[in-house]
Amino acid sequence: MENDILLEVKNLCTYFSTEKGKLRAVDHISFSVKEKEIVGIVGESGCGKSVTAESIMRLLDEKNLVSYEGEILYKGNNLLSLKKNEMQEVRGKEIAMIFQDPMTSLNPVYTIGNQIVEGILTHQKISKKEAKQKAIDLLRFTEIPSPEKRFDQYPHELSGGMRQRVMIALALACNPKLLIADEPTTALDVTTQSQILDLLNKLKDELNMSTIMITHDLGVVAELCSRVIVMYLGQIIEIANVEDIFDSAQHPYTEGLLNSIPHIDGDRSKKLNVIQGTVPTLDKVPVGCNFAGRCQYATDKCREVEPELKEVMDNHFVKCWNYELIRKTNKEENEIATPY
Amino acid sequence: MQPLIEVKNLKKYFEINNGIGKKKNVVKAIDDVSFTIFKGETYGLVGESGCGKSTTGRTLLKLIEATSGECIYNGKNILQMKNREMAEVRRDFQMVFQDPYSSLNPKKRIGQILEESLIIHKIGDKNSRTEMTLEILKKVGFQEEHYFRYPHEFSGGQRQRIGLARALILNPQLIICDEPVSALDVSIQSQVINLLQEVQKSFDLTYLFIAHDLSVVRHISDRIGVMYLGNIVEEAQTDELFERPLHPYTQALISAVPISHPKQAREKIKLKGEIPSPLNPPSGCVFHTRCPYATEICQSQKPDMRTFSSGRRVACHLVEE
Repeated sequence: MENDILLEVKNLCTYFSTEKGKLRAVDHISFSVKEKEIVGIVGESGCGKSVTAESIMRLLDEKNLVSYEGEILYKGNNLLSLKKNEMQEVRGKEIAMIFQDPMTSLNPVYTIGNQIVEGILTHQKISKKEAKQKAIDLLRFTEIPSPEKRFDQYPHELSGGMRQRVMIALALACNPKLLIADEPTTALDVTTQSQILDLLNKLKDELNMSTIMITHDLGVVAELCSRVIVMYLGQIIEIANVEDIFDSAQHPYTEGLLNSIPHIDGDRSKKLNVIQGTVPTLDKVPVGCNFAGRCQYATDKCREVEPELKEVMDNHFVKCWNYELIRKTNKEENEIATPY
Repeated sequence: MQPLIEVKNLKKYFEINNGIGKKKNVVKAIDDVSFTIFKGETYGLVGESGCGKSTTGRTLLKLIEATSGECIYNGKNILQMKNREMAEVRRDFQMVFQDPYSSLNPKKRIGQILEESLIIHKIGDKNSRTEMTLEILKKVGFQEEHYFRYPHEFSGGQRQRIGLARALILNPQLIICDEPVSALDVSIQSQVINLLQEVQKSFDLTYLFIAHDLSVVRHISDRIGVMYLGNIVEEAQTDELFERPLHPYTQALISAVPISHPKQAREKIKLKGEIPSPLNPPSGCVFHTRCPYATEICQSQKPDMRTFSSGRRVACHLVEE
């Protein structure tokens, strides 16, 4: 079982040097991604989910801005100890990334074919002609209609959904094993979103790829992911299988998030749940549990001592002192409400 | 219920200049849209980007001049009104915008921002204006001290509440909410939605709620109009629409919404391709290029909007009551 772990993050911290001092945007997080697994990272803006992704890819400005602690093990090698040129070998070839805004991630002055071929030739020693054929095959794989024609088009000639498909083709160019998708469907319309989600599932089924899916949309998580990591203020507060998150969320923040979104098939007369207050800024991280200030179950202990991320059920980790109490109240509520 | 405004055959065509001496093209952003908003209800307009839902909201306030059509309010067509008359209507129609960061003047204090609309409409004197402002701030959950703060001191959700307070202070009849929660985080989104529902009750408001998020629109709206490429293709009571969508586009749109629980299985209707360009809309039914049921008549003839006995309206050749 241990061998099918592709990526393991151990006690990762990412610090930013700012005017307000050294801020910890990612705070001792540990998780792993298995082969052929889609892991979701959810949280609100500023919770550190994108910084986690950028730390894994080491895309941040290490010279002036950030410093890391901990380990990121990819197939057993620590990515954080690699040299610049060694890391370049990993990017694209082993781990690829797609971003939220496909318009700004593509170069507007090159044709899309040109950009995919460039990616292929960076990592593979094949002729230009072969590379072109491969690029067209990739475009076909991502279900872009008439790929030969699209090959010579510029990004501005494509719609948002098409551009995101091109980004995925570009990410696949060197057969990576892991794809990090940072809010890939947030800028898209629902019908396009559902097409892109299908495509991401196809990567898993046909290419045996693993995916880290970063999103704030719990519907996307329900649709795609098998395991979910919930982040709040730079920390992981809950990890569980997707069914467990939706059926028996243990952390009050996860619970609050789930109840605060209107569901397409939910009860309309019910008022939406509100998580009081706002996320504190990184220079004012509270003592004790980060969420205590907004938590309805918070006790004095929560405000003083930080809880640890602890396995409370099989493969279900929670960072909370009061999870048992919350589980009890949830159970009572569930007995009244009609189950799924 | 009494109708508050009636929109009839509203059209907005934008001319696109292709350069000197070249033929001008026309984008049909709104192509013959009619609907009625009743007093006290929330009318939702949904559709994907570029379908004309925001343009519709803005033409009602004459922020965009309509090409043709009528919008009847209190027996008068506001689209034909002169600016001076319109100024009075604007007191009754207010708007809440999508981006809470760019819709508040960063150089003004919150109090000034709110009082400005009172000054424009010549309501009250200096003291009573301050009093009204403080009262409205309290209604949307702020304290007196926030009167002197600047917009940058507030978070996105708080700013959206200030935007709502600015709309409320004139005691309007209708508030046009153009994607009011789509820029906000989920936990903040629910705060604003709840507030919108609360003030609707206490101020007896009517909303035109424009959004692309179907779950949110479903939660807040009494009736919903679904737009596609400048046309309303279906309109029904919210529950009816979601339980039994009739138009193929509505069906596809609802089925594309992500599931709300991983164990749930929903049959997805896959749409071919993407929204055609409004520069060059398809002949006949605008949806026929992507419709799984399209027949010959759909290609040649534009379907009329038909009203069924339940009050529901559908523009499709193939749907039977």
